Amino acid sequence: MTQESRAHNVVRLSEVTKAFELGSNRVEALKGVNMAVRAGEYISIMGPSGSGKSTLFNMIGALDKPSSGRVFIDEVDVAQLDAYELAWLRCHKIGYIFQTFNLIQVMTAIENVTLPMIFGGMSREEYMDKGLDLLRLVGLGERYQHKPSELSGGQQQRVAIARSLANDPTIVLADEPTGNLDLTTGEEIISLLKQLSVERGVTIISATHDIKMINVSDRVVWIRDGAIERIEDREKLRISIGEVA
Amino acid sequence: MEKEMRRQVVLPWKQVVLIAYNSIRVRFFRSLITTLTLALAVAFAAFLWTGYDILNGIWEHAGEGLRERILESGYEMSGGRFGATAKDHWLAILSLIVCVVGIVNAQLMAVTERFREIGTFKCLGALNTFVVRIFVLESFYHGLIGGIAGGLTGIVVATLNLALHLGSPVLLHWPAGAVLVTLAEASGLAVLLSLLGVIYPALVAARMQPAVALRTEE
Repeated sequence: MTQESRAHNVVRLSEVTKAFELGSNRVEALKGVNMAVRAGEYISIMGPSGSGKSTLFNMIGALDKPSSGRVFIDEVDVAQLDAYELAWLRCHKIGYIFQTFNLIQVMTAIENVTLPMIFGGMSREEYMDKGLDLLRLVGLGERYQHKPSELSGGQQQRVAIARSLANDPTIVLADEPTGNLDLTTGEEIISLLKQLSVERGVTIISATHDIKMINVSDRVVWIRDGAIERIEDREKLRISIGEVA
Repeated sequence: MEKEMRRQVVLPWKQVVLIAYNSIRVRFFRSLITTLTLALAVAFAAFLWTGYDILNGIWEHAGEGLRERILESGYEMSGGRFGATAKDHWLAILSLIVCVVGIVNAQLMAVTERFREIGTFKCLGALNTFVVRIFVLESFYHGLIGGIAGGLTGIVVATLNLALHLGSPVLLHWPAGAVLVTLAEASGLAVLLSLLGVIYPALVAARMQPAVALRTEE
């Protein structure tokens, strides 16, 4: 009880809806979502394709604006932020990991990892050191000069993970991090994410339909058709899976 | 104090130069198409202007025979100078219009291809102006290289062309000063056209929401 009240809500969504106009059709991707994520949690948003996971991910990460409702990051309403503050938020507070890696193809691994640090105003010496440290952390210390085209899928995702930690963010958002990876590589990425979460106390929010993510999550948010079905804690999850087996 | 700290995202010009240079170096052949379009149009403009420079340059030193030959070749004088008639101006303007259309198309395509990259930049904390800066600098490089290459080509072709028709006086009285000015004007023109062609697509791309930019197929 005391632990919960000490851990504040690092992300909070209040009645968030998002509708897309596709031609003459209006698609409601999110229908009034309410949720809160505590600091240091590893939370997975799970649901089938088309359930609104990625849209929810974009809302939480301030990558898109909700049609209605509010998104709070550290109790600051994201819609009230101007362009500078939004850029600062994306640079310093949030790290992003995508299914398609989204590395800059013309830059080497180290250049990709250090790009957010350049935006953050670090000097060359500082950011080269830190960049190499991060690449070593994810096991790619020797591949720092390689371009994404010279790296495997798993390696590219590792670079993306290193990049997401560039400015020591409080939140790391992962949109289908294992979506383009095979089983074994996917498992490696998931355990790497969990390890980093534990070591650095970073809040990880992952939108996924990979069941393997359940084992490492503190809570799972099940989403279907743009609305949250239920939110489960890890203890409850273990019991449910036990029953199925 | 907190508020000021929260506004600190930077992209020093040194980094812009490096990123833009790297971008062109790696996409060399793709950049070549834009640069070539610029070079060709500027080459034509430089060809015309150098022709006038040379004719104006040798006119004073030309004897009766040479002057007759020049006028018989179809070159028109207006107010004592070549290159000042309405027809001459119209020719130059037409070639520039064609060039601008070509550049805008090439730049629009180049920027659209990189929507995903731009979306990623914004996720990492880039401001809209950072994105615009990088594209502006790249187009500056294109303009400079295309301008100098096209300018030199136009100058060389014009000189050879007139030398073949009018003989050695062209080389004897070659107006180096005027030609240098033409080269500078041609390069400046190329840079201007390149910037014009990129500014609108770059602004559109920079202002997209990251989520929309990232959804683009690559």
